[in-house]
Amino acid sequence: MVKMYLSYLNNIMMDHDRLERLASIAQSSLLPLVKGALYNTIPLTIITFFIGLLLAILTALARISGIKLLHGMARVYVSAIRGTPLLVQLFIIFYGLPNLGVTIDPFPAAVIGFSLNVGAYASEIIRAAILSIPKGQWEAAYSIGMSYGQVLRRVIFPQAARVSIPPLSNTFVSLVKDTSLASLILVTEMFRKAQEIASTNYEFLLVYTEAGLIYWVICFGLSIIQDRIERRLNRYIAR
Amino acid sequence: MMISVQGLYKQFGEVEVLKGIDLKIQKGKVVVIIGPSGSGKTTLLRCLNVLEKPDKGKIRIGEKELDFAKSVAKQEIHAFRRLTGMVFQNYQLFPHMTALENVMEGPVTVKKEAKAQARQKAMDLLKKVGLVQQADQYPFQLSGGQQQRVGIARALAMEPEVMLFDEPTSALDPELVGEVLKVMKDLAAEGMTMVVVTHEMRFAKEVADEIIFMDHGRIVEQGKPEQLFINPQHERTKQFLRLIE
Ligand SMILES: Nc1ncnc2c1ncn2[C@@H]1O[C@H](COP(=O)(O)OP(=O)(O)OP(=O)(O)O)[C@@H](O)[C@H]1O
Ligand SMILES: [Mg+2]
Repeated sequence: MVKMYLSYLNNIMMDHDRLERLASIAQSSLLPLVKGALYNTIPLTIITFFIGLLLAILTALARISGIKLLHGMARVYVSAIRGTPLLVQLFIIFYGLPNLGVTIDPFPAAVIGFSLNVGAYASEIIRAAILSIPKGQWEAAYSIGMSYGQVLRRVIFPQAARVSIPPLSNTFVSLVKDTSLASLILVTEMFRKAQEIASTNYEFLLVYTEAGLIYWVICFGLSIIQDRIERRLNRYIAR
Repeated sequence: MMISVQGLYKQFGEVEVLKGIDLKIQKGKVVVIIGPSGSGKTTLLRCLNVLEKPDKGKIRIGEKELDFAKSVAKQEIHAFRRLTGMVFQNYQLFPHMTALENVMEGPVTVKKEAKAQARQKAMDLLKKVGLVQQADQYPFQLSGGQQQRVGIARALAMEPEVMLFDEPTSALDPELVGEVLKVMKDLAAEGMTMVVVTHEMRFAKEVADEIIFMDHGRIVEQGKPEQLFINPQHERTKQFLRLIE
């Protein structure tokens, strides 16, 4: 693979005209790709992550609630989402629901699909994080008169957040990359832009590599943010 | 009467842990509960602030009474809990809050006190337990004895009628036990009603108004320290006292 890529690069280097053509394509496609990222990939990621997180918290609470019906619904939801491919879920929402008379535009359809997905996966993370907080913390909070909601908000969530940041960051990074699947339900996010550009100039390798690099830059930025958050949340832990 | 317990029963699965506890404690008294491991001391204490829900029986604290033969609403339990302050064996401070924030938490979140006022009161309490210097430190930066004193201040911040202590010094290194007992003695001297489960017999002899000896989920014997320690009436009490001497 690497060898072939290098010889490809070598051939290009030999050919001055081709080099110029590629440089100009790389340059002219950068703006549309970045726009695709800024207008679709990133908003889609952020919106779905927060809706998904909310769903995840509710699902996790339902699962630890001890209320049979809620618990059962949460389990079916998580199992169904985890047991089916994301692409199939997106197709059902975008191409399938119109058969029931429910037509949803590409972007909102993607938001629904990805949110449901994040909600299911992250609920397991959040459930584990909540269960990792010692029972004594609940009791201490109850003993000063707190209600269930107050205990969660003031005592359990702040501590569970610290535990769940690393796995949630993984979910977030996966989500950034998974949004490329939205191209298949006609969302003009970055990868669809790349496909459109490449189909006009046939420089697939160049354009897709460029798109890949932009994904990488975004994910790298995220890992820096994750680091900051972790350090902040770890300030009360002995080292 | 500050506390009155009538016919209290508690069972975990098949195991009966409290088998009909009757108990009366007057305002301002310090009661020490002793007894062998598994006799139900912790469970009794936890029932008093309903961390454990009794199966049957009545508990009255001050003016409020809960009857566990009937169903009790959550709000009632929350209100009832505020009558007692609980101090745990392993402190259970909130690790993400400083000492000061731990003490302020109840007044601000539960009582909805203004922050400035709660802060002032919390500082006074930290002063009382000798930890003004440590106000802004997190629990991991404090010694066990210091953490336990913050725990006491946190409970006091809710201005409870009664303080409950479950082996407050048994997780501490020996040299740190004294500082916690001193705070408890001061509290007793101020007239706080206290129920203390402890193995610190010196504390029991010096500070307690009354000793309760529990065994197998029952109160076997109850009396003034000088009477119970020097002249116990029951064979089980004698055996137990011989063991811990
Ligand atoms: N949550 C629980 N579930 C099941 N059994 C329990 C539970 N809590 C306590 N028990 C049992 O109840 C009995 C009494 O326990 P408790 O903690 O009240 O005893 P104790 O007198 O405080 O003992 P120790 O001196 O060891 O602290 C024990 O046999 C214990 O195993
Ligand atoms: Mg105990």
